[in-house]
Amino acid sequence: MSIEIESINKQFGSFTALGDVSLSIPSGELVALLGPSGSGKTTLLRIIAGLESPDSGRILFNGEDTTESHVRERKVGFVFQHYALFKHMTVFDNVVFGLTVRPKETRPSKGEIRDKVTELLRLVQLEGMAKRYPAQLSGGQRQRIALARALAVEPQVLLLDEPFGALDAQVRTELRRWLRRLHDEIHVTSVFVTHDQEEALEVADRIVVMNKGRIEQAGTPDQVYEHPANPFVLNFLGNVNLFHGRIQSAGEGQPEADNSVSYVRSHDVEIDRSQHDSSSLKAEVKHIQKLGPSVRITLSINDSESFVEAELTRDVFQNLDLQQGEQVYVRPRQVRVFAEDYQI
Amino acid sequence: MKLFTKHHNVLPGFGPTMGYTLLYLSLVVLIPLSALVFKTAGLSWNEFLEAVAAPRVLASYKVTFGAALAAAGINAVFGVLVAWVLVRYPFPGRRLVDALVDLPFALPTAVAGITLATVYSPNGWVGKILEPRGIKVAFTPLGIIVAMTFIGLPFVVRTVQPVIEELDAEIEEAAACLGANRWQTFRRVLFPLLTPSVLTGFALAFARGVGEYGSIIFIAGNMPMVSEITPLLILTKLEQYDYQGATAIATVMLVASFIMLLVINLLQKWSRRYAE
Repeated sequence: MSIEIESINKQFGSFTALGDVSLSIPSGELVALLGPSGSGKTTLLRIIAGLESPDSGRILFNGEDTTESHVRERKVGFVFQHYALFKHMTVFDNVVFGLTVRPKETRPSKGEIRDKVTELLRLVQLEGMAKRYPAQLSGGQRQRIALARALAVEPQVLLLDEPFGALDAQVRTELRRWLRRLHDEIHVTSVFVTHDQEEALEVADRIVVMNKGRIEQAGTPDQVYEHPANPFVLNFLGNVNLFHGRIQSAGEGQPEADNSVSYVRSHDVEIDRSQHDSSSLKAEVKHIQKLGPSVRITLSINDSESFVEAELTRDVFQNLDLQQGEQVYVRPRQVRVFAEDYQI
Repeated sequence: MKLFTKHHNVLPGFGPTMGYTLLYLSLVVLIPLSALVFKTAGLSWNEFLEAVAAPRVLASYKVTFGAALAAAGINAVFGVLVAWVLVRYPFPGRRLVDALVDLPFALPTAVAGITLATVYSPNGWVGKILEPRGIKVAFTPLGIIVAMTFIGLPFVVRTVQPVIEELDAEIEEAAACLGANRWQTFRRVLFPLLTPSVLTGFALAFARGVGEYGSIIFIAGNMPMVSEITPLLILTKLEQYDYQGATAIATVMLVASFIMLLVINLLQKWSRRYAE
């Protein structure tokens, strides 16, 4: 089912949570709302679910206006960051809750419900856990039960609010891959909120980058990563890998503007012992930090105050055999120039 | 013995604190209670039965425990309601109402008893309205229930209130997303989470009701076989210098209350079975 978001506004007191946000989500896609905290991504998700109502604007499900309809009637599955499982119910009762609250005429029979639970527990790979209580499960298992519970009512839309935010790194990676496979299996239109760019890039069909209540860019992971619309998107998607320096001399084929600021991702910084061309800058190695498969090197550009961060693979680093305090040349491999001085 | 093995606890001085706890409990609780039992043990079995199973005494058990159960039940329902309103709905004067709830704790019970008796007597403010409709409150068992409800209310409100405050809003949202209406959300999701605290409040209100004396004797009328509570009967026996008879009845009350509280505690444990 497709979702159409038409110029949604939402204020909390004097704080603008969402300012004129429009977005269309095609049926069957897995979309990530990505942004820092306070960017309005969770508010947008809650408005889609009907847990929050917009000050103005419309939400359309399959072209039908649902702005005024109650969360009960929207048929959305919602997964919360902290699971929100009913702790006094067994896994079985949690999963079937949405079916058993239906009026008698539409409620499935006991046998159908049992089959449904078996099927869902298989889907979330927790067969045989039906009789346990949430307190007896791990965080990752609880979140999968929460997902099974949301899927039990056969929602038209699945909404996930930082679903892996409360889990540790390894379970997180595992679960997001699993979510991707699950989506490929059931194809329900899904929107998930995250502040983790890696998670968004890995899982989503489309990424919507949000900041300060507005959408900065929406596109496929490749589009937003390779062709960021503005410095915010570039900065946010390369968060750790950003090269913070202001390089005034742009490389060949780059626009030369007086007020331009260039951005280079840190893994696009090349380090050399000899000068390559005019875009090479002399710099001193200040700090070397080994981060598992990659090595982060902080350099200070000679004759300026600015620092540059470069990220090399371990292989390249070992071949170069860099030492702290050494004089080298740095050269940006790929430069992105944005004409005006954009405030991040 | 495991009790005395060394644990590395943050609180220092396990020995002295445990010793003080035992001493304190002995002096304040155990010694008076065992004195009660020892005094009763001076009676022969037949004398004991005669003292505790006389028709007038049996009737007083029925009145006391029946009224205490009824009052605790009423408080369990309306106390939850009061706690819910105090937590969930902001309204002007909420803090004042919140403070009013504690009044039965603070008010001398005799004052409460006289006030209730006055208000509910046939020419009192409330009694005047109820009397023509054939409802007699003062000087009947109903009056006892009213008095016990009055003094038991804060127990339920104060035990349930913090639990309602702690309820996670996301749980209600999750239920709504799954299609539950508000009543279903309350009955199937919220109320089961409140049950343990409601039972605790019920048990406390019940125990308080059984032991209450001051506020009841003014409104009860104290008619033997009809509206005479057991504590009053014990006092009567004491005034007649029948000390053993008094302690015998007290022992029965003690055992009955203890069993009741035990049952409620087991129920409470069962209602929290999911937490283990």
